[in-house]
This record gives sequence, C-alpha cells and structure tokens, in this order.
Amino acid sequence: MSHGAAEIVGLSAASAAAAVHAGDLDAGELFEAYRSRAAADRLNAFVWVAERAPADAGAGSGGPLGGVPVAVKDLFCTEGVPSQSGSRILEGYRPPYTATVVSRLAGAGAPLLGKTNQDEFAMGSSTENSGFGPTRNPWDDSRVPGGSSGGSAAAVAARLAPWAIGTDTGGSIRQPAALCGIVGLKPTYGAVSRYGMIAFASSLDQAGPLTRDVTDAALLFSAMTGPRDPLDSTSLDYPASLPRPSRRDLSGVRLGVPAELTGEGIEPGVLESFEATLDLARELGAAVEPCALPHAGHALAAYYVLAPAEASSNLARFDGVRYGYRASDSSDLLSMYTRTRHDGFGAEVKRRIMLGTYALSSGYYDAFYGRAQRVRTKIAQDFAAAFERFDFIVTPTAPGVAFPLGAKTSDPLAMYLNDFCTVPMSLAGIPAISIPSGLAASPDGDRPLPVGFQLAAPPFREGALLDAAFALEQAIGFDASAAAAEA
Amino acid sequence: MADLEVVIGLEIHVQLATATKMFCSCALSFGDPPNIHTCPVCLALPGALPVVNERAIHLGLMIGMALGCELAPRSIFHRKNYFYPDSPKGYQISQYDEPLCRGGELEGVRIHRVHLEEDAAKLIHLGSSGRIHGSQTSVVDFNRGGTPLVEIVTEPDLRSAAAAREWLELLRATLRALGVSDVNMDEGSLRADANVSLRRVGASELGTKAELKNMNSFRFLERGIAAEVERQRAIVEGGGEVEQETLHFDPASGQLTPLRSKEDAQDYRYFPEPDLVPIAITAEMLDAARSAMPELPAARAQRFESEFEISGDRARQLAFRSELGDFFERAVAADGGAAAVHARRIADLLTGEVLARLGDSDPASSRLEPAALAALAGLLADGAVTATAAREVLDALIADGGDPAAVIAARRLGRVADSEGLAELVERAIAADPDAAEQVRAGNAKAIGALVGPIMRETRGRADGAELQRLIREALGVGGD
Repeated sequence: MSHGAAEIVGLSAASAAAAVHAGDLDAGELFEAYRSRAAADRLNAFVWVAERAPADAGAGSGGPLGGVPVAVKDLFCTEGVPSQSGSRILEGYRPPYTATVVSRLAGAGAPLLGKTNQDEFAMGSSTENSGFGPTRNPWDDSRVPGGSSGGSAAAVAARLAPWAIGTDTGGSIRQPAALCGIVGLKPTYGAVSRYGMIAFASSLDQAGPLTRDVTDAALLFSAMTGPRDPLDSTSLDYPASLPRPSRRDLSGVRLGVPAELTGEGIEPGVLESFEATLDLARELGAAVEPCALPHAGHALAAYYVLAPAEASSNLARFDGVRYGYRASDSSDLLSMYTRTRHDGFGAEVKRRIMLGTYALSSGYYDAFYGRAQRVRTKIAQDFAAAFERFDFIVTPTAPGVAFPLGAKTSDPLAMYLNDFCTVPMSLAGIPAISIPSGLAASPDGDRPLPVGFQLAAPPFREGALLDAAFALEQAIGFDASAAAAEA
Repeated sequence: MADLEVVIGLEIHVQLATATKMFCSCALSFGDPPNIHTCPVCLALPGALPVVNERAIHLGLMIGMALGCELAPRSIFHRKNYFYPDSPKGYQISQYDEPLCRGGELEGVRIHRVHLEEDAAKLIHLGSSGRIHGSQTSVVDFNRGGTPLVEIVTEPDLRSAAAAREWLELLRATLRALGVSDVNMDEGSLRADANVSLRRVGASELGTKAELKNMNSFRFLERGIAAEVERQRAIVEGGGEVEQETLHFDPASGQLTPLRSKEDAQDYRYFPEPDLVPIAITAEMLDAARSAMPELPAARAQRFESEFEISGDRARQLAFRSELGDFFERAVAADGGAAAVHARRIADLLTGEVLARLGDSDPASSRLEPAALAALAGLLADGAVTATAAREVLDALIADGGDPAAVIAARRLGRVADSEGLAELVERAIAADPDAAEQVRAGNAKAIGALVGPIMRETRGRADGAELQRLIREALGVGGD
C-alpha cells in the first residue's frame, strides 16, 4: 500500500510504528518520507542526514519501535557518522563506536535518520552556540528553537523527524521542547546510559526523548532504558518497560506549585498559560497547592559552578593530540595546546572552561565547588520533602517563549536565566517533562508562540509522570500543525 | 655543627597484575607493538566512560591487609587534572582525600596511605637525546595507559639510604608473596620515589625535602638517596638552605638534575570523579581478600626460625627475599620436610656460598636444584665432603646442574679417608719438614700448619683438617688438648 509523504509524516511515531506492525506501512517508505524532508531542511536542524535507509530497515521494523527512524543529537557517538557535539574542534570526527542508547534504539527498531544541531558541547539555550550555524524555530524562523537540543526539537516540531533524542544537563531537552511546542522528557539521572554521549557535565547529563506527544515519549523512553549499562558506572537498572499512557483524569493527584519558580522573571503570557493549565488540572480532579523549595532560588548559581567545573575537566581531552582539530605549525607542545583550543572552541565554551577552572583552583575550591555541592544537596532535600506532600511539582518550563536570534547572545546571564525553572530538577537528579500548554504572545512580537508546562516527579517515577502528562495533554488539545507548515 | 639526621619517606607505585586495565577491558602488556591494547576508554575518545576493575580493588585490599592498613568502607576516585600527551583525558583518575587504605606499618615503617589509580601512557621522544628538549617529534604509546596502579606512601620513617633499600626489598617480597604484581623495577612494575630531607638530631620538625624520581633499581635507589643526602649535607654544612624541588636521578652519571621547583608546582584541581560511583567495600569483598592472603615475609621468617631452628637474622634474610625463601623451602622439602635434619646447613649454604655466587639473581634461575643443595648439605654433615671441596661442587652445580654425589665422584672431590693413605701422607709431610715436626713436638701448636698445608695442597682440600691434625699429633707422640 502506498501513502503520500504528507500523510506519513502526519502520523505520530507510535501510530507509524503501529501501522508498520499492522502491515499498513512499509518501513523503507517511512524512512524515505522523513529522510527526504530532513535532507531539504531549511531550519539547519540537521548537521548530517542518512543517505538512504539502512539495508536492514525492514528487519528492525518488527521491534517495538517499528522501524520508525530517530533523529539523534550530534553529541551521541555514532560509528562512522560525524559526531561533533556542535563543535569545530570535532569537525568531521567519525567515532569508531556507537553510544549505548543509540544502539538500543536501533535494536528496538529505530534506525538513525540523522544527527541534529546543538549548542557547542550542549552549552547554551538557543542552539546559537553551534559551530555549524544556528537552528531556526519552525514556528517563526527569525527565532531560536531553544537549546541545547534545539536541532532535535526543531526537527520533531517541523516533522522533519518522527521523534528525536537529546540530552538535558540543566534544561537542554525541556526548554527547546517548550519553545518548539513538543514534548521533552529528562529522565531520572542514571536511567539512561551515558556511554557514548560526548560529555558536558557528567553528574547532570541525561539523555531523553523529544517527541510530538506524550505517548511517543513513553514509547521512545522505554526503548532507551533497560538493564544497567556495564559501560556506564552511573547507570542503573530501569524497572520494566512502561505501559502506554492512558490516564484521563487527575483525581487524587496532588500538584505542588513552588513560589520560588513561578513568580518574578516569567513572561506574563507564559504565566497565563501556566495558570490556565493549573485550572485544567483542577477540572481533571487534581489538588493544586503552593509548595516550598526554599533553596531553588540558588540553583542557577550552584549549577553555573558545578557544570562548568566538570566541563573544564571533561573538555581537557580535546587537545589536538589524538583526534579532531589540531592547529598547524605549532612550535612546541604548549602552543599546540593553546592554539588548538583557542581556534577550536567557541566563545561560550571557553567562558565555561575558564569559570570551571577557576572554581576548582586551589584556594577557591571550598568557596565555589564545595559550596555549590552543598546547595545541590539542599535542593535535593527540598524536593524530597515536597514529594512527601505532592505527587508532582509543576512550573512553567521556560520563563519566556522563543526569542529572536541574536537577542541574548551578547548577554550570557540573560541566556542562563532560560534554565531558571529547569535547573533545580537537574541538580536533584529527578525526572521532569515539558508538554505544550498552549500559545502565548511574545513580548517583542505579535505571533503566538508555544509555551511549555513542566511536571517533575520523584526518582524513577517516569511512568506516573507520563501518565499525568498524558491526561493533561488530552485536556489541553494543543495543535502543533502550524510548525509543520512553516517548514 | 650539630649532628644531622637523614629523614626519608618513600612513594611507591606498583602495577597490579590484573588481566585488564584499571578502567577498561584492554589487556595489560609489556613490550608489545605500540597502541595495540587500546579502546575508546583508554584513548579517551569522546563519550567513553571508565568502569572500575573489581580485581584491582581486590588486590588493593590485599595490599592494605598485608600492610596492616585501615580499609575504608567507602572510598572515592578523584580527577587529577593536568595537560600532557601521556594523559589522554587531560586528567588522571586517582584517589585523593578518601583513599582505599590509610595507616598501617611494615617492619617499623609506618604507612601513610595506599590508593588506586591508573598509569600514564608512554611518551617517546624521537631524536638523539631521548628527552623532550631537542626532540623534533614525540609519539605516544597508549598500551601502558590505564594500567592499574597502587600507590603506597610511607611516613618519613627511614633513616638511611641502605635502610630505604632494605625496606623496599621487604616491601617487594611482601607484594610478590601476595601475587599482586610482577614487582619488576626494570620493567617499571615497581617504581619508587623518595622524599629526602635532613634535620638536627633530636629535632621533631621535618626539614625541607627534595623529591627524587626515576630510581629504577634497588641499587640506584640507594645511590640516588646517598647522593642526595651528601648534596643536602654540603648545603647545610655550608650554611645554606635546602630548597624544595623535584630531582631526576641519572643512573649513568649518578647526577641529580632538577625537574621542577616549588614555584612550578601544578594546581591539579582535584575534584570527585563524576563518572564513577564510590567504592563500597562489602563483607564479601573483605572475606575474599582475607582468604586470598598468603603467608607474608615477616610471618614466614618467624616460622623459619621456630620450625627449622635457624637464627632470626638468617630467617629474615631468607624470608624477605621471597625467591630465597622459596628455594629454601623446596630444598628443605627434599631433605625430608618437617623431618629435615639439615635445614640449618641448607640455610647457611644458601645465604652464604650460593648468594656469594649469584648476587641479586634468583637461585631458581640457575641450574642449581633445591634437592641438590639439600644433598650437598647432607654430604657436608656426614663428612663425605669438606667445606673447601664443597665450594667446588657448588660451582659445578650452579653452572651445570646435576647431583652433588655424582659431581664428587666424577671430580674425585670426596674427603680423603684413612684407607686412601692419609697416614702415609702424614709420614711424608713429617719427613719433608723435620723442623716443623720438631717444633710441634716441643709444644708449638701453631707449627702444625706447616705440616697440614702441603697435605691439603696435595689433596686439593679433600682431607679433613681436624682429622689431619689428630693424625699428625699422634704420629709425633704429642697428646691432644
């Protein structure tokens, strides 16, 4: 049976997988429908697109993911395929091995469609820090898609990919999902193997799905988890795979609204959408009450010590000795190091390496790194205490809607504030999801843009989290078709 | 000028004899073609993560137990950050303020700490000098990179270069008995740095220390420390002050050249390794380490002393060089094991004549068989061979192997018995030197040597000296004593 490409890409990933399983859709045709769209990408969402469907595309289609191809953030290592983490220092680098999570997805029937653009080494909230040019938001191509997984979010929103994976260190899945009007899940730290993910901040980085809807997120997330990866010491056994989300109400569900993350600094349109979603939740039977996360206001400051500290060490391996860019005609070792890293890294990466190096320096360690770790512990304790009273903590995902390209590139602090509502969950290592809650006007334009609603749960409660998100999603009835038309 | 006291502490790096590297599954190797034992982890490819080798923890616990350390129920790894091509990640994974083991003591030298870490890769500078200066090209061999290391740090409890050497030999014997390492200084599986300082006798504060590197044999360690002690002594006695620095010992010239001074000290920006979870020691891990513990040199020395009734010094000499202890035990087993009657003589031969011939090398690598040494001890005890002739027998056994009785028979080295005409030899000697005979008769006991000497020469030492003297006195009608 033959289908039009528009019809095929109109299907959610779960529906496409079901169609393949039912014999109504050919996996090769499915792959090609997306491949040709991704290859014609005008958003710069992709940095590499597969030339053809893998030879065994049909073979994998029997797996739970039904042969539905997946777009993968550039920083996941993929054997023989460029894996550059958005950085010129890794331009053209093709690793000899594949990240565990990408292998698991391929094994479950999701072949690699392409590699998506990102902020360099996942450092940024707009994808403007990519060494390969910015990605544009499919809702308005003069605006950013968010970041750092902006390429993955834009590709899914524009239906250039059925679904995608990204990574979240302080909000890098949830914030671009919010800005692009899609679903983004940051799992519990340790739920998904980090082996083969080019590291930004090891104690925070976590891979997760970016999808059109909550059902797709549950399906893709299930395939990313499983038995602990023996190659990642910080990974954990993930319990059984999740059932398809089906909850229609929220009766008996207690939602906590932290004053610290829902007040000052949030755009009025975003707050309005957030309040409207809380009203919907009440209508579905949820109890909505204020809760306290007393240390959450310090999360961003702690994050910008810890993440750069780890990054300064994680990025030391890019020294020009074994792979990637090496500055030519250096006269000695030191000049080879300094020139390679001077030329190869972008400004934001260099800024964070310097921040992190400083924070770890002898004499400053206790005042910066040590103190930030104590704040991190306090924040985790805040959440643990809140979860004694509440099933989920809810906040807006990002303080604003998508902003114009270039609006915040000269003001790092303004850019960092994008992560204000997402960083606390990252520091606590708990799962959190962003779902589209509607559209809101931007303060600097008239076109309505997507807003994200964030729900956070205790560790390993992704099943309940996805179920609650599904109930809200059904009640919200968000229409994302405008983004697909734009592309 | 008050007397100066030498203060030495050692930092020892031991490559563990695991099958695979510390944080990946590449095989350990020595001398293989470069870069064949590598993988994404030990090449620090983007995205690769370390996984702790559990066997290395087991061996580390055994070392901690052998040294009487306190074993941490929870310890963590840190990153030690520095840029150098032998460190592909840009940091070494090591332990910092929460090591696997603390405290402990071995033969009077206190142990400060024992921790796990990974070895660096090997940097080779092409060109004439072999050092980075003056070299146009440097290449890296990552085969060694990531080899598990245990670092053992002592307190500054050693007081001389010789004591440092002896103690390090004991440590090596201990590690070898544990089977945790090849402990081969030539190949770098055992490496020692020394912190050396001087202070006035009686002072409790430590003087400024210099750190000595690259002493890749016991001899060089002793020589390097001795040279450094003399250098510092000259400075102090000249009214100067020792500066804190790191020195490289050149065994060829015996010179110490500065590597870096205190001002160049690096800031390693240690922080907890986020890619690894803490090492939590379980009761099962402790049981496994405990049940794998062999007899250690100190205990072995005590056993030798009590079981075989040999002196304490002799017992330690054997036990602290485990290859000597092993050879001794095999010889004693050939002599009848618990019923051995020649153990003391075997010990004397081994630590005396055998060691004099073999020096630092392992007797088991010569052609001398432990059973042959036991047999020789028996022949000596029975008087079948004299001590002098036994030396010649030993030379033959070490060079060619074989059985001592056969050597004695083939070379006619057996003790000259009466039946072989000892009495006749005595008569001839008296006849040849009547003056000496007269003096002996007159009561000059020493003069008997002039009569014994020619007979010994004639029999190539095969005559029993005491028996010979008795026969001469009898022939001259002089009574015994």
